[in-house]
This record gives sequence, C-alpha cells and structure tokens, in this order.
Amino acid sequence: MRAYTPKDDVQKKSYYTDRFFVSPQVPKFPVENDEVFTKDLEAIKAKFEVSEAYIQVEQMVVFIQPEDNYKVLELMKNELEYTQLSELSAIDWLAKENKFEVFYQMLSMNKRKRIRVKMFIDKDQAVNSVEKLFRSADWSEREMFDMFGIEANAHPFMKRILMPYDWQGFPLLKTYPLQGDEFAAWYEVDKIYGKEARDIIGPELRDTAKVDRYDSQRFARLGHEVPKGTKITGNEPKNEQSYQEEGGVFLIKKLNKKDSVVIDDPQR
Amino acid sequence: MAQVKNRLNPFFENITFDREDNELILNFGPQHPSAHGQLRLMLHLQQEQIVKAHPDIGYLHRGMEKMAENMIYNEFMPTTDRMDYIASSSNNYGFALAVEKLIDVEVPRRAKVIRMMLLEINRLMSHLFWLATTALDIGAMTVFLFAFREREYLMDIIEGYCGARLTHSAIRIGGVPLDIQDSFIAQLRVFLDKLPQNIKDYEDLLDKNRIWLMRMEEVGVISTDMALSWGCTGPMLRASGVKWDIRKEEPYELYDEVEFNVPWSDKGDNFARYRIYMEEMRESAKILYQTIDMYQECVENNQTELMAHAPKYVSAPKLDIMTQNYSLMQHFVLVTQGMRPPVGEVYIATESPKGELGYYINSQGGPYPYRLKVRAPSFWHTGILTDLLPGYYIPDVVSIIGTTNIVFGEVDR
Repeated sequence: MRAYTPKDDVQKKSYYTDRFFVSPQVPKFPVENDEVFTKDLEAIKAKFEVSEAYIQVEQMVVFIQPEDNYKVLELMKNELEYTQLSELSAIDWLAKENKFEVFYQMLSMNKRKRIRVKMFIDKDQAVNSVEKLFRSADWSEREMFDMFGIEANAHPFMKRILMPYDWQGFPLLKTYPLQGDEFAAWYEVDKIYGKEARDIIGPELRDTAKVDRYDSQRFARLGHEVPKGTKITGNEPKNEQSYQEEGGVFLIKKLNKKDSVVIDDPQR
Repeated sequence: MAQVKNRLNPFFENITFDREDNELILNFGPQHPSAHGQLRLMLHLQQEQIVKAHPDIGYLHRGMEKMAENMIYNEFMPTTDRMDYIASSSNNYGFALAVEKLIDVEVPRRAKVIRMMLLEINRLMSHLFWLATTALDIGAMTVFLFAFREREYLMDIIEGYCGARLTHSAIRIGGVPLDIQDSFIAQLRVFLDKLPQNIKDYEDLLDKNRIWLMRMEEVGVISTDMALSWGCTGPMLRASGVKWDIRKEEPYELYDEVEFNVPWSDKGDNFARYRIYMEEMRESAKILYQTIDMYQECVENNQTELMAHAPKYVSAPKLDIMTQNYSLMQHFVLVTQGMRPPVGEVYIATESPKGELGYYINSQGGPYPYRLKVRAPSFWHTGILTDLLPGYYIPDVVSIIGTTNIVFGEVDR
C-alpha cells in the first residue's frame, strides 16, 4: 500500500443544498428530567470535571476530560453499576476543529440505563486504555486505532485488527480517499520486478472479475489456449498441463546455512 | 508510529527456528469449514491443549461504516443485509429503528406487527441455521438436514413476501414497503404448528446423545464476570447467568404487548447455550402466534397504513406519488438527494438473534450520516475466544466457535 498524502475532506458531498435551509436539532433535555441520571451525574461531577451533560433520545451524554476517562469508567463500573461497555469509537472532527471525539457507550443492566461518555482529544493525542476495566475494550480500541490512528496507552496489543497489518492510512478519516489510486496497478510489478520491467510485464490486472466481453473465441479453449491476438486456425496443439516440476517437487533436504541469505532489508 | 512496509515474505529456507520449548503453533482457518466464515485462529499448543489463542479477523472487511458515510440513509439499507446475512431483516430493522428515533417518526401499527413477524421469523431462521451448522461441526448430520429443511420452509415464506431468501431488505425507514401476501399467515401457521414436533425431534437426537453431551457439557465455560467484561450479549450472556433480553428490558416495537419468557442459565457452558437456543425457538413461535392475532386485529380495525406519514423524511404511498404532484416532488427529492435528519446523535440497541445489535448514528443535518458505527454482537463474541480457548483442547475449539454463533459478515462489517 502506498503512503497517501492527505487532502482535506474528500467525502461525498451533497450535490444540492438550500442556502437558507436550517437543520433542526434532535431535542436535548436537561439531566434533571431523569432521577437516575441526575444521581449518576452528581456522582461523576463530585470527582471529575464535566463540561456538558444532557439527555438525548433517552440516553445521557456526558462530556469529560480526556485524561479522566479511565477513572470515570472505573467509577461508573464499580459504584454506579454500569457493568458493560457496549461500544467505543471515535468521530473525526479534524477538518473542523482539529480534534477527535471519542465516545464510550455504557450500559447498566440493573438500572436499565445507557450513558454515552464523550471526550475530545487532539490530533496526535493518545487515550488511556480501559482494557483493564472492560476486556471488550481490547478489540474496540484496536479497531479505533485501525480506523482513526488513535492509540490507547497501556493497551496490551496495539495492532491493526480489520485492515491488513501493513496497511498505511486510516480508513475512517474524512481525508481518506474514496477512489483507488492510479499507481496501484504498478505497485506489485515495481516491487517484484523493478520499474524498468514495466513494459515487459504490463500493469497488474486489479479487477479480478473483469471479462473481455469481445473475446468470444478463447474463453472455453481449455487445454488449447493460444496467446491473445493469435489467429485461430483450429489446429492448435494441445497444451499439456503439468502440475509438478520436472523431477518431482523441489524440496530442501539439508539446509546449508552458510549459503542461504537472510533478507532483512525491507526496502531491497 | 512505525509500520512494517509491505514486502515479499522471505523464502522458508531463510528462516531457522531456534525455539527450545515444545509449543506448537497451529494455524486454524481462515478457510476452515467450521470457522463459520473467515476466522483465523493462531493457537499455541502444548500437546493438544491450547495455551494461547489469537483470533485474527478482517478477511471479510468491506468498510461498511465508511460506505455508510457516503450513502444516503435509504441507500444504506441493502448494505445492512450483508452484515448478519443469516438474519438480515434484524440488521435492516436495527438501522431503520435508529433512523426513526433520529427523525422521530411513529411507525403505523400494522407495519410494526409485520416487522415483528419478520424479526421473529429471522430469529427462527438464524437459530435453525445455528443448530444445523453446529450439529454438523460436531458430527450430527441428521440434525443438519432436519434443521435446514425447516429453515428452507421459512425462507420460502420470506421469499413470498419480499422476493429474496437471504438478503431481504424487507424493512424501510418508517415502516415496511408491502403488506404480507395472502398465503403468508396460512403458511406460517402450518410451520408453527409443526415446529414443536420438529424441535422435539432435534432434542431427541441431541439431548441425551453421549457424543453431543461430551462435546458440550463443561466445555467453553464463560463466567458471568467474563461475559459482562467482554461485552457478551444475547444467548451468550443469558447462558452465563444474566437474564437480559433487550426485547423485554427496553421494549421496542410491540414487544411489550406480547407474552414470552426469557430463557437463561447459570452454567455458562456450550450445553447451556444450546438449550437457550432451543428454548428461544419455542418463545419465538409463541410470539409469532400472538403477532398473527395482532395482524388480524389490524385488518378488522381497517388499519391499512404501512409507512409513517412524515413528508420531510419518508416518501408518500405509491398511490399518492402516482396521483398527486406534491407527493411526486417530495419523492423525487427524497430519492435523488436523500432525507436530511436533524442534527444530533442516537444509539439504539436491538436484540438481534446473535445479541445486542446497536447502531450509533451521528447526523450533522446532511443527507449522509457524519458517522455511523455498528455495534455488532459477534465482534466481541469472537474476541472472547482469546480468553476462552486456553485450557481447552483442539476438538473443543470447533464446538466453542459453534456455540458462540459468530457470523463474519457482522464481525468484519
């Protein structure tokens, strides 16, 4: 995967927006409307700084300081009975205010309540891992790292989870391209054979499902294949398919360590 | 952050192994038939006992959350089918419900009843599929054939409704597109009347089967703390001693009007999960009988509306679109530009057959969601294998993966 130079927000844009259209808001209610949430919020506020709190669609949203995240969740788990961390992820606000918003979706089964704990972090800031509190955060934090590049301190295995291990770039950033890149077809060719062999090898066929729909002659000539462009006479010799090398399978019987080469230069 | 640049893997003659211990690393999958999709497990073995397990996922990753950010809301609906493709209507429903909460529309009662029917049929389909494949993994071929026979019947009913067998897209934001076909209820009744006998057949084959018991009992024990900590939901959590069913605790649709029990167990092993799946099938049948009555009440009361009336967000009924100019204009705007929900965010959890399926949507007032996060239950049910497998033996891996009921469309998304 090539390194990608980020541009601004490259996401799909609405092709028409009324200049005078004012978007309505999903109503936010004060926390005092709900007894349980009021008590929970007081317990959090007693020890930590809460910048904003409200109820939206029957769930409380609490904004905390990023350095408090472990302790707030610890308090919620041990004292407020929020025993499950349902979900954890981030939102990319880099284009607007150069920040990420991280949210923790908590569930209390005893109270039948859900709270969303949120915080803003800077672009290259890492969050404290909550994996020690909730094992589920092990994978969610890895996913957050994989998708946004947000690292979690003290995480036992901060590696990509969904994307290939050697992937470059973070797919859920708004700057991540939606189109494939035009050099991808040459990438493997350059890597294996070198740039100078481009003319000989040709571009890699990236679309594996591609069928030459004008080729009405060769697609079923199994065992009698001819190179593309050859005029078909009907007298082509049969190509014997061999599935083994001459003289059997190549196998190392005795490893000669001295003569073998260890390749450790990734840029070779 | 340093990343390893892509390079060709060195040939094997360049590698020498200097390990002194007798730990063997076994690579399980991603093409293993009982990996239920594309699960790769790296297992560290001492003899046949697992000492360390490392699940590796991502082989089916299609970037659905990224796709969602570049699609109008209705466009995303068919994509949700491809997550838990064993019970696709439940994915449709979770998404539709989240958007409905965001735009605050009330779905007509008849549509709610039809949705509940679809959801419970999907639950039955999913559980039958689970039973079939897990039994097959363990060697009970007959159960596989039996359960697939019944599932086929359900898929035929669904096919009659929406034309698709696996990827239904049968639920829309604001209701359902169609009323159920004439034969739907009669077919469903035939199926439901047979179901108790069918379930009894499976149980006769499995409940006292010595091999089944040996593979299931005391294998894959998940404690309550572990289940909670790993974010387990659905049957995985209920088998570990927590009686938590979102349909019961945070009722959506008309689940507060129907009577059903929530089966649970405090054993936490494979067998407990198996029993819960079987009991849940019986409960689903119970709910389906009640929805049939509810549907007939709707017919008697002449409640014919299937889509919510919300011109800003939901297209008018087809008849209006064809006859009224304003409805046609609205429809045109909603199809070409898409609806623009209010600014705000919502997290809605529903009880899918696998567990808590949640959709988090952050809307900035545009036609595309600013951020959409799918909380798929199977993701953590796969993660728990890290802590669950060590201590068990290789054959147990297959039965444990089986009872976790993971679907990789949902894990990788």
